[in-house]
Amino acid sequence: MPSGSIVTGDAPLLRYVLERADDALVLGHRLSEWCGHGPMMEEDMALSNMGLDLLGQARALYTYGAAVEGAGRTEDDYAYLRDERAYGNLLLVEQPNGDFAVTMVRQFLYAAFMTPYWQAMTSSTDATLAAIAAKAQKESAYHVRHAGEWVMRLGDGTDESRARAQQALDALWPFTGECFMPSTAEQALVASGAVIDPAMLAAAWRETVARVVADATLTLPADTWMQRGGREGRHGEHLGHLLAELQHLQRSHPGATW
Amino acid sequence: MAAAVVDPEIPVLTIADLGVLRDVVDGPAGIVVRITPTYSGCPAMQMIHDEILAAVDRAGLGPVTVETVLAPAWTTDWMTERGRRALADFGIAPPLPGPAPVTFFRTAPGICPRCGSTDTTEIAPFGSTACKALWRCEACREPFDVFKTH
Ligand SMILES: [Zn+2]
Repeated sequence: MPSGSIVTGDAPLLRYVLERADDALVLGHRLSEWCGHGPMMEEDMALSNMGLDLLGQARALYTYGAAVEGAGRTEDDYAYLRDERAYGNLLLVEQPNGDFAVTMVRQFLYAAFMTPYWQAMTSSTDATLAAIAAKAQKESAYHVRHAGEWVMRLGDGTDESRARAQQALDALWPFTGECFMPSTAEQALVASGAVIDPAMLAAAWRETVARVVADATLTLPADTWMQRGGREGRHGEHLGHLLAELQHLQRSHPGATW
Repeated sequence: MAAAVVDPEIPVLTIADLGVLRDVVDGPAGIVVRITPTYSGCPAMQMIHDEILAAVDRAGLGPVTVETVLAPAWTTDWMTERGRRALADFGIAPPLPGPAPVTFFRTAPGICPRCGSTDTTEIAPFGSTACKALWRCEACREPFDVFKTH
């Protein structure tokens, strides 16, 4: 374990909040990797804006996690001082940016799930989660619209953009199933009404995805074996590299501020 | 006092106009100012927080704390009429009534704050700050910002 790593409590609510925060932080970090590299200035700003929304959602969730845990930790401790195995994000969000098509298809698949997810979570019996959801839902709606329009443009574009969009869709598809598998923490919380079972959103998600994929003249991938493990801390090789960059400063200069 | 603090990104809007200022109470431990964040990742919030502390301090009103409240979540429907007019005068189209539906390639048209035309085209849904989109007026050919419905 690298120096300064923290081990958090395992209460379901804390674990759940960290899982959702990790999704937002990891995808937000991926989008931030585009900053200064976007295909045009407007798109560079769009990618950074979406990344900023996700980073903000992550901060609100980690801050709530700190209150739930009550161990005197801050949002930064969870982001910078947990090891890869302690991260509970979906495998989908840690997938590398690839080309612009991969980034936009990944964003679309995720936002098409998170928009109805946060919408449903606005009825959470947990007032803080409901409030975070009310904000995140509106942000996510902009993401699904923006990314969905790009999927349509790329799919219904040139031979090259079409091939790349289809390739991205096929490559990312096996990581979508995990969105609908409730984590151990979620299973423990569903009965209280604090969280919803994400499985109930599978049909709505598929309907949105199928509509956009059809408008994009792309082909919906066939049902296949779905990857899982992110929620249990079993990640691909990519997350370690991402965290090495994200955590580098705090790990080499503990407590550094500016 | 605190109500006069302006949004550092759109200085014609006060935090009261924006709907960010929720409440001010004079409690036993000093003044408590409650604010609610706009976008989850809005970088202006920290600055607004610090400006409130400075404004109350300048006025010599004693100890003050700024609390961030999440519920109910901020919406552009809370923007005051004065705020909407100030935005339009500043060249930013005010937000439409919410909530904005999820549509693809079909957004309610931005209204040009210069000439009032609705013959407008969205250039980018994400503009110079989290709360704005970039549009162009086809009538007067000028680009303009739209404060997004949230
Ligand atoms: Zn005009």
